[in-house]
Amino acid sequence: MTVRGWTFVFIGLSFALYLLIAWISRVRDTKGFYVAGRGVPAAANGMATAADWMSAASFISMAGLISFMGYAGGMYLMGWTGGYVLLALLLAPYLRKFGHFTVPDFIGDRYASNIARLVAVVAALFVSFTYVAGQMRGVGVVFSRFLEVDINMGVVIGMCIVFVYATLGGMKGITWTQVVQYWVLITAFLIPAIAISIRLTGQALPPIGLGSELLEGGYLLDKLDSIHADLGFSSYTEAFDGPWDKANVFLVTLALMAGTAGLPHVIVRFYTVKNVRAARSSAFWALFFISLLYLTAPATAAFARYYMIDSLQARTAEQLPEWFRNWEKTGLILWLDDGDRRLRYSAGEDNEIFSYKAGKVVINGESMSLVQILGSHQEWIASNGSSGRDWRPVLQEANLSGPDRDIIVLAIPEMAELFPWIIALVAAGGLAAALSTASGLLLVISSAVAHDLYARMINPAASEKQRLLVGRSVIGVSVVIAGLFGIFPPGFVSQVVAFAFGLAAASFFPAIVLGIFSKRVGTVPAVMGMITGLTFTSFYIVASIYGGMAPWTLGLFQQGINPQGIGTVGMVLNFIVTLGLTPFCREPSDEVKELVDLVREPEGEMSLLEIERTPQH
Amino acid sequence: MSDEKFAEDEPGFPEPPYLISRVQNTLKDYWRSNVKIMMVLLGFWAIAGLGCGVIFVDALNVFSLGGYPLGFWFAQQGSIIVFVILILIYALLLNRLDVKYHAEIKALKKSDRKDKA
Repeated sequence: MTVRGWTFVFIGLSFALYLLIAWISRVRDTKGFYVAGRGVPAAANGMATAADWMSAASFISMAGLISFMGYAGGMYLMGWTGGYVLLALLLAPYLRKFGHFTVPDFIGDRYASNIARLVAVVAALFVSFTYVAGQMRGVGVVFSRFLEVDINMGVVIGMCIVFVYATLGGMKGITWTQVVQYWVLITAFLIPAIAISIRLTGQALPPIGLGSELLEGGYLLDKLDSIHADLGFSSYTEAFDGPWDKANVFLVTLALMAGTAGLPHVIVRFYTVKNVRAARSSAFWALFFISLLYLTAPATAAFARYYMIDSLQARTAEQLPEWFRNWEKTGLILWLDDGDRRLRYSAGEDNEIFSYKAGKVVINGESMSLVQILGSHQEWIASNGSSGRDWRPVLQEANLSGPDRDIIVLAIPEMAELFPWIIALVAAGGLAAALSTASGLLLVISSAVAHDLYARMINPAASEKQRLLVGRSVIGVSVVIAGLFGIFPPGFVSQVVAFAFGLAAASFFPAIVLGIFSKRVGTVPAVMGMITGLTFTSFYIVASIYGGMAPWTLGLFQQGINPQGIGTVGMVLNFIVTLGLTPFCREPSDEVKELVDLVREPEGEMSLLEIERTPQH
Repeated sequence: MSDEKFAEDEPGFPEPPYLISRVQNTLKDYWRSNVKIMMVLLGFWAIAGLGCGVIFVDALNVFSLGGYPLGFWFAQQGSIIVFVILILIYALLLNRLDVKYHAEIKALKKSDRKDKA
């Protein structure tokens, strides 16, 4: 059977399974809809959290990023896993003890203000929508390469599936589907990694293989360093050798950590477990399951980097491997020869490997297609430069040097010449990663609008049935919006996803931490802090990316601050504003202090706030 | 948590002030131990992630671990392993602390009830 045949089988089977689970776990009340009836065991919740958390970015893009960034790629590894420590120690158990449905719920009740609640709702919606838009590109990439169907058709299929299981089963359906999706995506990630590790180093465990000698002699990492040096790339293992300096790596890592801890769709997962004890264990299981992928990704990255250069460098057209031919069709990797008929991949002017993105190569106001570029370049070579055009400097100018980073993980099974069904499994894994995250995010959007806005602020007298109806309709509307993002991707989506972390770090994180660990911080300072963090961070991101503002150095850093790391500065500002205003503002009321006390007490002592017992919720 | 537990915890009549203050002291102790455990673990978190992985990475790269430069290993492997272990330790310690203090508070209330009887 062909790769395409296997892909249809795997994707068809996995989608059927997701729908079956949704039907079995369909729900009838808001408690089931938003927090899965609080009956999810810790280990299962850990798997669901892991699938929820590991998005198309983790599955498809992260290894690719590390592959090209070397050491500096570690900031994504440390940032996204280190955030879990903050989450487990500072937030998860307390929020579970607090026992409501959503993050804005906590902020609204702790700061006893609907304005605080509204700010939190807006931040939750913004973070979730930018994030969900990023998942759609992943769905599009997988569908276009593996099923060779129209990307738009693929996005529509994916959205229909998510819509059905999210509206039918709510959090309960999503949770159990995510457990299955975790296994699909982790198997799909590990099998090719193990295969290529054995092939290159003889070691079955990729993290061991990464530190081992190649079968052809010499340590893999030493070899990569020397190849990088030969080709003019910055060192693979040496830190701060390339464009990333120490200050920026530090700021981005910290922003990703605090952002992870502040992401509403991750936090809300800890509301679904039975009790505080389970919330703590569940945080452990989540990071344990996540670490399986995160410890493997840097190995995959280095193997792919070595393999890619090794199988392409100095080859003639006849010698090029099959994976290159397959991916060339998508435009994500292409070879523009200088006329010597031998491929050269380097960091310099003589580089011949590029990628193509629609709309990025514009000549005289006309967007050039891939076919036009290849044809014109071929003509240039054939005519010895008298007609056609040398497109290498043009693509270099357009920042398209080197292959697209997203192909690394998806092309690995083909690089290692694995069976077609494994390639198909990776396609199903990529979709599982994108869909599981998308469904979790859609539920946060739904709960922010239907629970926090509608049920708590607009119509507190709404019946259970009305709330469920609003919750389901909001998911419907958000699915359509997310689908539109996938079909008409705004050019900035992939960048914006990284900024969602900065915004979460600068808004939610300080407000929740101070809400738990200080009884003195009141409404005004917290709201001012959140607004300061949010406006400062979004201003810097928008101004430096779209407004052409030069990055700030603040007189402290040699290089300007990368917009991805500005969330750390925003977070510090939020803390400063909140704590600075606190002595001048009113203390929280006695009820709020009592609430904080209850949240802090050991398990078994809390009763007042159990949502099941209070009639007004 | 089960509802039987609550029924046992809540006697249904106002507790005398001396008992409340004793319970509150126990709760304060509990919170202090909790914060202490948290701070120590967060210290390790900062050292492993931001310390070994970023700030001291160049110094650590002088050493090697198999084929890994040590700093590089911390940034791409070691820190993640440390994070998983830290959360495990936290969950185990805190779950034990919860049980201990819960039992203590229950004992306080029980002995009070016995005194009255």
